[in-house]
Amino acid sequence: MASPLCIRGGRVLDPARGIDRVQDLWIVDGKIAGLGEDAPADVRSNRSAEVLAVQGAVICPGLVDIHVHLREPGQEEKETIDSGTRAAARGGFTTVACMPNTDPPLDDRPRIEYVIRRARECGHARVHPIAAVTRGQMGEALTEIEELVEAGAVAISDDGKPVRNAEIMRRALELTRPLGVPVIQHAEDPDLKGDGVMHEGWTSTRLGMKGIPDAAESVIVARDALLAELTGGHVHVAHVSAGRSTEIIRRAKARGIRMTAETAPHYLLLTDEAVEGFDPRTKMSPPLRSAKDREALLEAVVDGTIDCLATDHAPHTDFEKDSDFDSAPFGIVGLETALGIYVKALVEPKLLTLPELILRLTVNPLRVLGLPGGTLEAGVPADVTVFDPSRRWKVRAEEFASMGRNTPFQGWELPGQVLMTVLNGRVTFRAETLLASAR
Amino acid sequence: MIGTRKDLLGLEDLAPEEIVSILDTARTFREVLDRPIPKVPSLRGLTAANLFFEASTRTRLSFELAEKRLSADTVNFQTSGSSVSKGESLKDTARNIEAMGIHLVVIRHQSSGAPHYLARNLDAGVINAGDGTHEHPTQGLLDIFTIRERRGKVAGLRVAIIGDIAHSRVARSNIWGLTKLGASVTIAGPSTMMPMEVERFGIKVAKSVEEAIEGADVVNILRIQLERQRSTLYSSLREYARVYGITSARLKGAKPDVTVMHPGPMNRGVEIAQDVADGEHSVILEQVTNGVAVRMAVLYLLAGHKAPDESAAEHPMPKETKKAHGEPSLHPRR
Repeated sequence: MASPLCIRGGRVLDPARGIDRVQDLWIVDGKIAGLGEDAPADVRSNRSAEVLAVQGAVICPGLVDIHVHLREPGQEEKETIDSGTRAAARGGFTTVACMPNTDPPLDDRPRIEYVIRRARECGHARVHPIAAVTRGQMGEALTEIEELVEAGAVAISDDGKPVRNAEIMRRALELTRPLGVPVIQHAEDPDLKGDGVMHEGWTSTRLGMKGIPDAAESVIVARDALLAELTGGHVHVAHVSAGRSTEIIRRAKARGIRMTAETAPHYLLLTDEAVEGFDPRTKMSPPLRSAKDREALLEAVVDGTIDCLATDHAPHTDFEKDSDFDSAPFGIVGLETALGIYVKALVEPKLLTLPELILRLTVNPLRVLGLPGGTLEAGVPADVTVFDPSRRWKVRAEEFASMGRNTPFQGWELPGQVLMTVLNGRVTFRAETLLASAR
Repeated sequence: MIGTRKDLLGLEDLAPEEIVSILDTARTFREVLDRPIPKVPSLRGLTAANLFFEASTRTRLSFELAEKRLSADTVNFQTSGSSVSKGESLKDTARNIEAMGIHLVVIRHQSSGAPHYLARNLDAGVINAGDGTHEHPTQGLLDIFTIRERRGKVAGLRVAIIGDIAHSRVARSNIWGLTKLGASVTIAGPSTMMPMEVERFGIKVAKSVEEAIEGADVVNILRIQLERQRSTLYSSLREYARVYGITSARLKGAKPDVTVMHPGPMNRGVEIAQDVADGEHSVILEQVTNGVAVRMAVLYLLAGHKAPDESAAEHPMPKETKKAHGEPSLHPRR
């Protein structure tokens, strides 16, 4: 037996098992040994155990983000698998699913295998690659979906752009149905989007910016709901931004259609008014929408219409984002601010309890991908996150582990400071100054 | 006040009294333009750079003329949007300007907010000469200046703006300026060219061009462009001319002494009929002349916090001005 790790005195939240109590969490040999008295006596009496006191903090299953861009291979100036997974650990995430819009895209077995291998070498987070729906993400010919899933892809998506062709979407859903993986759709009609750069509404009218109507998203969501019903396949809607989309998803679920959805932190805290100063750090796809959309998203997160909370972590270089609005690329980073934003947007206004939030950041995203885990049950790999929900911290992009500094939340004070992240029983991040070693 | 500002980025940012102050200053420069030697030393020793990332003839000429009439040194940089990688060039341009010690930058750019980017990154004063479909503040000012000269006031006037409001920076600057000065603005055009929630500007949206023109003191006609990616917005120029073109017959609904304006360049026979363009109500060429005076006023006022050389500072304004409009705020501070 290696030296056990004891995380002492925190509030253990394991919502999938209905656990919410102050207790020690014991970890040994990379696995959860047990909670409090349930941990084996020889573990608890082991003199070489490391004990970390985390009074007042929450101990929960490692957080899961099913929507990140790690940029490798091909765009290592923006992010690498190493830097992106370090950012995940720093943000409290132990598992991420990465999008295939790399250069070249993840559309064949060697690239999928490369990502998995590279992530293992880095060892900061579990990385599940998502494969492209179409070759080169060109929207024309399907990839070898069965082989890609066999190689380890947990879903398919052409994220960055939608699967525009309804016939291809239909066939992708038919082919993935027996494999049990979802087709993740970036729902944004390219014709309605045009060369739009922000939400179409009063702010875009005032700023003279080309608008993207909310319907650009919702028409694709509606179409895909119909295709999911036709095929029995599973559509997962990425980064839902529009209130109208939540209505469609809610109705689709009520009809028994296999449709799941995620949203991203910024849509719950910001609106299109944030674009006011033409700051490219407020430019992402889909765009920040109206206050009404934001309200509808919060409601959909609360009632479960939106199953899980992701980040759409999309790093870019400072140079690309330091420009006029139109020229800047879409996307912002999210891994290192997500937990704080979700606590601020959902828990502080009492829309969700902490266990309800954690469910949407652990078990729910794993379920979307058909993956096990997300609990602190004895014997499972010890993926654990420790955070202080009430401790406030200041966002300093210059301190990010991510190579991307493109966040609209620079300088914000957020609650929910991550104290420690544990992957397979190994500490991948610890806020040194905040953690007291005991014994 | 305008005299303390570093930049002019849009009329949305200006208080009514700042707009009036610019218009008053422009009037004194308008007088300068009628002199035998239409030149003053106000900006001697200062350098203005005209950066045109988007093709323009008259606005660039108008600015250059205004700068020269104020005795500034001028440099021009013109590029088409496609020949330069946009974001890259803007950042590099900013760095170059900084390195060259330029005092005032006039920028036209195809991207809304590009002047704001420069303004944030430069100590030099930045004047927006048209950014994307956002604002074209000096055009708005020269239109309002022309209206005030013609009709003696702005408050209470009924102004109709006809055309593609969604893609018009001229429309936005006019709407901000006119409403701030108390005019009542009505717009008309194809519904595909009306931006979302446009009535929140505090203006009326007419159902037809006839309704917009009814009883108008001023009709401002926007240039219509159906090229580029705008082909889905409307069927044809022919149909546009038939439904929205301003003809003498349509103009009969306006006040008998209506003032007809167009920011140019005109598509004669499309948005404006030949006889209207050249008719008695048209002030289109006056707008061009006034444009130089208005741009002189803007350059002069923004240069207020730069430091022109000794001799220029001694004669900051034409002599007549000091008598007529001697507010201290108009003088460059040292």
